Amino acid sequence: MQTLAYPCCEKCNHTASTPCRDYIKCRVEGPLCHDDPDCKQKRQDFLAKMYDPEGLTKQILICTGTGCVSSGSQRLIELVREELVKRNLDETVRVRSTGCHGFCEQGPIVIIEPDKTFYTKVKPSDITEIIETDIVGGNKVDRLLYRDPVSGESAVTYETVNFYAKQNRIILNNCGQINPERISQYMAKKGYQALEKVLQTMKPEEVIEEVKKAGLRGRGGAGFPTWLKWNLCRKAQGDKKYVICNADEGDPGAFMDRSVLEGDPHAVIEGMLIGAYAIGADEGYVYCRAEYPLAIERLKIAISQAEKNGLLGKNILNSGFNFHLKIKAGAGAFVCGEETALIASIEGKRGMPKVRPPYPAEKGLWGKPTNINNVETWANVPHILRNGADWYCQFGTPKSKGTKIFALTGKVNNTGLVEVPMGISLREIIFDIGGGIKGNHTFKAVQIGGPSGGCIPEELLDLPVDFDSLSEVGAMIGSGGLVILDDTTCMVDIARFFLTFTQKESCGKCTPCREGTKRMLEILTRITKGEGKPEDLENLETLAGVIKKTSLCGLGQTSPNPVLATLRYFREEYEIHIREKRCPAHACTALLQYHIDNEKCKRCGVCAKNCPVGCIFGDKNNPYEIDSQNCIQCHTCIDKCKFKAITVS
Amino acid sequence: MQWIQLKIDDKKIRVPEKTTILEACRMNNILIPTLCHDPELTNWGACRLCVVEVEGMRNLVTSCTMEVQQGMVVRTSTPDIREARKTILELIVANHDIDCLTCEKMGECELSKYAYEYGVKKDVFQGAKREYELDDSNPFIIRDLNKCILCGKCVRACAEIQVNHVLDYSKRGFETQVGPAFHLPYGESDCVFCGSCLAVCPVGALTEKQMAGKGRPWEVKKIQTTCPFCGTGCNFDLNVRDNKVVGVTSNPGSPVNGRALCVKGRFGVEYIHSPNRLITPMIRKNGELVEAEWYEALELIAERFKTIKEQYGSDSLAALSSARCTNEENYLMQKFMRAVIGTNNVDHCART
Repeated sequence: MQTLAYPCCEKCNHTASTPCRDYIKCRVEGPLCHDDPDCKQKRQDFLAKMYDPEGLTKQILICTGTGCVSSGSQRLIELVREELVKRNLDETVRVRSTGCHGFCEQGPIVIIEPDKTFYTKVKPSDITEIIETDIVGGNKVDRLLYRDPVSGESAVTYETVNFYAKQNRIILNNCGQINPERISQYMAKKGYQALEKVLQTMKPEEVIEEVKKAGLRGRGGAGFPTWLKWNLCRKAQGDKKYVICNADEGDPGAFMDRSVLEGDPHAVIEGMLIGAYAIGADEGYVYCRAEYPLAIERLKIAISQAEKNGLLGKNILNSGFNFHLKIKAGAGAFVCGEETALIASIEGKRGMPKVRPPYPAEKGLWGKPTNINNVETWANVPHILRNGADWYCQFGTPKSKGTKIFALTGKVNNTGLVEVPMGISLREIIFDIGGGIKGNHTFKAVQIGGPSGGCIPEELLDLPVDFDSLSEVGAMIGSGGLVILDDTTCMVDIARFFLTFTQKESCGKCTPCREGTKRMLEILTRITKGEGKPEDLENLETLAGVIKKTSLCGLGQTSPNPVLATLRYFREEYEIHIREKRCPAHACTALLQYHIDNEKCKRCGVCAKNCPVGCIFGDKNNPYEIDSQNCIQCHTCIDKCKFKAITVS
Repeated sequence: MQWIQLKIDDKKIRVPEKTTILEACRMNNILIPTLCHDPELTNWGACRLCVVEVEGMRNLVTSCTMEVQQGMVVRTSTPDIREARKTILELIVANHDIDCLTCEKMGECELSKYAYEYGVKKDVFQGAKREYELDDSNPFIIRDLNKCILCGKCVRACAEIQVNHVLDYSKRGFETQVGPAFHLPYGESDCVFCGSCLAVCPVGALTEKQMAGKGRPWEVKKIQTTCPFCGTGCNFDLNVRDNKVVGVTSNPGSPVNGRALCVKGRFGVEYIHSPNRLITPMIRKNGELVEAEWYEALELIAERFKTIKEQYGSDSLAALSSARCTNEENYLMQKFMRAVIGTNNVDHCART
């Protein structure tokens, strides 16, 4: 028996074509199909070996999420294996590749079990030392431990790293712990038990009721109650129904869905199975962007394993329930994250949103009732059904239950994926988990919710993060992007950045989004160049109002949010750009003026020599000056001047 | 069928279920501007000009796509709505080549009609404009993307009327355009020249090549007639100026074909005023074709038929009729051959 998913002996004859009600239990706790203490022992040994609660053997966990793979973790696995063979340790020390830990900035991440020693930024040249000092010697390699950016102290274990200590990892719990390419490891972590429970003991209506009681709301952005969506689709007339997993994660900087798919793909499949059973669907699609090749690969492996184990296909666990799952790779359009555009794309059409109603719940894929949820929502489902709604309700706020994964980026010390209970304050996320602002800068705002979201200023940092509180202040959870901005960030420029994205990704179907965002972008660009006019702010607001009120889809309707939110909280910054033609954050290069301080200048001429456009004049006898007309504000002179004689204003 | 009661602009209205708000308004003479809607095509909801206010809805809704519901309260012309429509028109105009002086569409242009109604000036939003080269590659259609407002009517007409799917949207954002696959010139695409795209284009983005410069819409008289090219019986309007046919436009009211036409019906008008056109029967005399009167020609034919029949028998004659004839004409032809000539030798060009 190689893994839990394998038969323990000849008497164990589970196959996909001979479905069994107790299959999961039989594999994990069993065998139940035959009575044999040896077989039971084998299975228990396997579980013990995997988790090793007694700490009998050491395990080296190496992250193979996209971030760590990009920084070379695959090579590390090879080196570790070679090194273990060299030292004859390959039988006693296990090497496991895992999904993403979320702390990609610190990657490649290597964890040594059972001590949970947390090594960061591991390079191939570090492997020998890790094996020698830690695995053999039992000591820590201090220089590879994570050092807290604020206190400067090193954290030995996973749990003591501030970044993880304040998180509440439910959905991400398996990510970084199990090998996502092994269904048995998912099973050992209680995987597919929720499905078994649902198929054995619950009616579809009861499943929906449980999800309702849990108060699960869509994690894709809008926070629509999941049970309501399911119920609409369940009640819709139709001989065929579909469920779809929206894995077209397109917000700049957001990668929580990718991590879940890469790190725990079976959780998403199990969630979809439960949803499909509740709705009455027998076919499903995972619509995953093609830019996530590893996620697609892991999903493919997971689907094929689930099929082999009779968890996808016909008569699943002998319940009479059939479900087939396919993957459709997207072609890179942001708009395909919108449900109707996503459906059009699966149908082979150009991804353009359709007017709703009719909603997908009535007329979706191929005109049939269809239910779409995003990756994170689906991944929540098994936890709710396995542990019950009451358990789930202990996390979060009365109206926003559970946890939410955020992608924390920007000018913050710790960047990466964080899973926190709903209702936590932004301050806790940024300053406790995120370790505060980088360098000697101060916090200015947090951009939340990606291109559809808004900016939140310091005075609102104690606001609880939930669906409703954020929309009240002109922002939204969105898919969960959190970009931290400090005093060097220009708010006009940040609005321009997000609008550039939305304009480029507008599908082009409806006039306000296609043409309106372009005109708004032109106004913003003008302002950042010092060419703003007094009437610009009013024009921006008028355009934003029309785009919000008349655009076809949610993406168009929310596209002015970054501008409206920055205008709401940082209007003065816009006005200074327009009135005084200057950028208080010194970020808009076109508005910067470079000066040479003659008292500090030693007339060495280095600035003039290095100026790429030759706009600095002077010599030993004449003071150096910058021709501001021709200066391209490239900052080279400042970087080159040893005497700090050049300033920006 | 169920009837739906609703209120539009404080007026109580009763319409059948599944009616859209736009249709309900039109039934009750409430005018709503639209650029992308066409009763012959699927509802698209792209131009957003037909937005109205429905009580209880967060945003304005497109009346062309929203079906009426029992007790619905709709307002179609509040200052808010008119302002939103005006801004939308300003946005379209800002990215439209204002070439009205020589534009073939002038007088029939939907955009200029609404711009006039809403008092839209051309320079409200100044900024980037589309700059594409004029596509002159199609033998019948001039395609000017700088005038295209991306309403998608041509895309739907090509897909839904002709079922040819030559046109579709491509690219994204401000770069979005409509055209054949791989940005091929229109003439190199799989276009079958039915001209359905032309018939639905609300602006001067698609215009007819042979009608260019031949007259303004108000100078042209439209005369409804039946196409002479085949027996289908399509109707269309001959566009006549100074007693000369300058072109053909399809007429949505045509019972047989609606707005669909084939390449011959829509574009084959050149022969009408061709100097080479035969206008009298010709009889070969001494080896040369000479103009003749109809009675003279018919007499000669009857005489020759008679002689051949007498000399060689009925079966020495045969008749081949044409698909361009109507059913009735084809019936008469075979009847004539069987009853008068006495042969079953009848055939038709479209037999195989």
